[in-house]
Amino acid sequence: MMKNIWVVARKDFRAYFTSPIAYIIIAGFLVIMGWMFFFNLSHFNMQNMQYQQFNMGKGVSISEGIIRPLYGNMNVIFLFLVPFITMRLFAEEKKNHTIELLMTSPLTLTEIILGKYLSAFLLISVMLGMTIVYPIVLFATGNPELGPIVANYIGTLLLASCYLSTGVLFSSVTENQIVAGALTFASGLFFWLISWATQTAGPIWGELLNYLSLISHYNNFGQGLVNSSDVTYYLSFIGVGLFLTHRVLDSYRWR
Amino acid sequence: MIQVSHLTKMYGARPAIHDLNFEVKKGEIVGFLGPNGAGKSTTMKILTGFMPATEGKATIGGFDVFENPIDVKKNIGFLPENPPVYPEMVVSDYLEFAAQLHQVPKDLMSRAVGSAIEKTGLGDVRKRLIGNLSKGFRQRVGLAQALVHNPQVLILDEPTVGLDPKQIIEIRELIKSLGGDHTLILSSHILPEVTATCQRIIVISRGQIVAQDTLEQLTTRIKKGLIYSLMVKAPSPEGVEAIRRIDGINGVTSVGTKLVIEMKPGAKEIRDKIIETAVAKGMGVLEFSAERVSLEEIFLQLTTVESV
Repeated sequence: MMKNIWVVARKDFRAYFTSPIAYIIIAGFLVIMGWMFFFNLSHFNMQNMQYQQFNMGKGVSISEGIIRPLYGNMNVIFLFLVPFITMRLFAEEKKNHTIELLMTSPLTLTEIILGKYLSAFLLISVMLGMTIVYPIVLFATGNPELGPIVANYIGTLLLASCYLSTGVLFSSVTENQIVAGALTFASGLFFWLISWATQTAGPIWGELLNYLSLISHYNNFGQGLVNSSDVTYYLSFIGVGLFLTHRVLDSYRWR
Repeated sequence: MIQVSHLTKMYGARPAIHDLNFEVKKGEIVGFLGPNGAGKSTTMKILTGFMPATEGKATIGGFDVFENPIDVKKNIGFLPENPPVYPEMVVSDYLEFAAQLHQVPKDLMSRAVGSAIEKTGLGDVRKRLIGNLSKGFRQRVGLAQALVHNPQVLILDEPTVGLDPKQIIEIRELIKSLGGDHTLILSSHILPEVTATCQRIIVISRGQIVAQDTLEQLTTRIKKGLIYSLMVKAPSPEGVEAIRRIDGINGVTSVGTKLVIEMKPGAKEIRDKIIETAVAKGMGVLEFSAERVSLEEIFLQLTTVESV
């Protein structure tokens, strides 16, 4: 089981790096994140200088002033980048007819899907891993709390994994990569913005929409809290996405 | 080794294949012969577990294709219509990946990949990107992929498409050499292709098997002549007898309201005469058709597209 998943995952992970995809995505990601980190840092410094100047108290903590906005922004960047990561996973196999190689190999559909998912998960893990530079800079120059940083990493990884799961799903419904990418982005944005209606939709609907929103579950992580209900929500979201992918690919065989 | 019974596949309301029955013994090389769109690819996709059948049963090596797909797939090498190759991969990496998918153990890996490359003559391009190879080489990479895990059963969908004449002869030699150890099914719409490689031929047309036999027997059967079927409203013994007496008819058998009329070899065109007689004898013609599609007709189609 694990071995089969790994065979598929490794092939697809390598494919990211034999094409320019991985380099472009990682470079774009790091440039934008670097700019944001620089901006957050200088804004934070300015703010705290003003606090001191006017004797307004302790000022903003590093967790609130840098970590939270920085990783909050990272989530938005993933919303934009994940479609480019996942769109090829099944769509390209269909277009190249290589899906026939996978489907006639002694692998279960579940193993194929998990392998594909894992390859994309590894790529975003690499991307997240590279951002550890920022906390290291903060630890070298200041005195941040470790807890919120860890919580933000867990939350970001889970949230991006949810986008990946919708990405894998939409890649399985079409052989057109653009269509797959556009649907992934649209659905990610939808599950993000769904919470906007919380105030106007009435008590029950509002509560429901708020619960379904991907971003409202991130709030706790942003504040440094790892809440089991949020983790459960994210894991269920991923599970549903992958389950639907299985149904889609299975039905594709019956047509 | 391979047993297929009552296999039917519907695409919507249209049957792609209808009630196929055949058997392939271990070590045999069997050719699927039929015009384009006859259902060859569909049959192969079902046998390899890529798609399920609507009805019927197929077993390979004793395992049911629908109930134990994983066990079946372990024993099969499949070359689909379009070679399933990744353009961004290097030939040897691709073959290694295909071998890993089929669970070739690590210590046998380099030998398996090496022998597949050698058999298909890919030695010169083993480090090239598949995307940069010509159609013929890609086809060979696809074939190497089917061979790499040394499967008991090989299913090859039009294995020589896109190859030049010299390569075609090489691949045919390769296919012949694989028989005995492996059981092979290959499809083609070119008659000489199958006659050059296969011990037995299954002719399919419009989703049905119209003949399966060795080549010599098939040719003698074609010479035997055509069969018509006639549906009538009220069959009568005198009517049947009258048709039987028409010049050029070998025999008539009546089954209920259906008359099966066998022609003498090389008989003249006498369909008008048959219908006239049936009407004159008051049997009332409902339907008149050639029994399935005549073998001759199919062979004619197949031999006219003959290339090499």
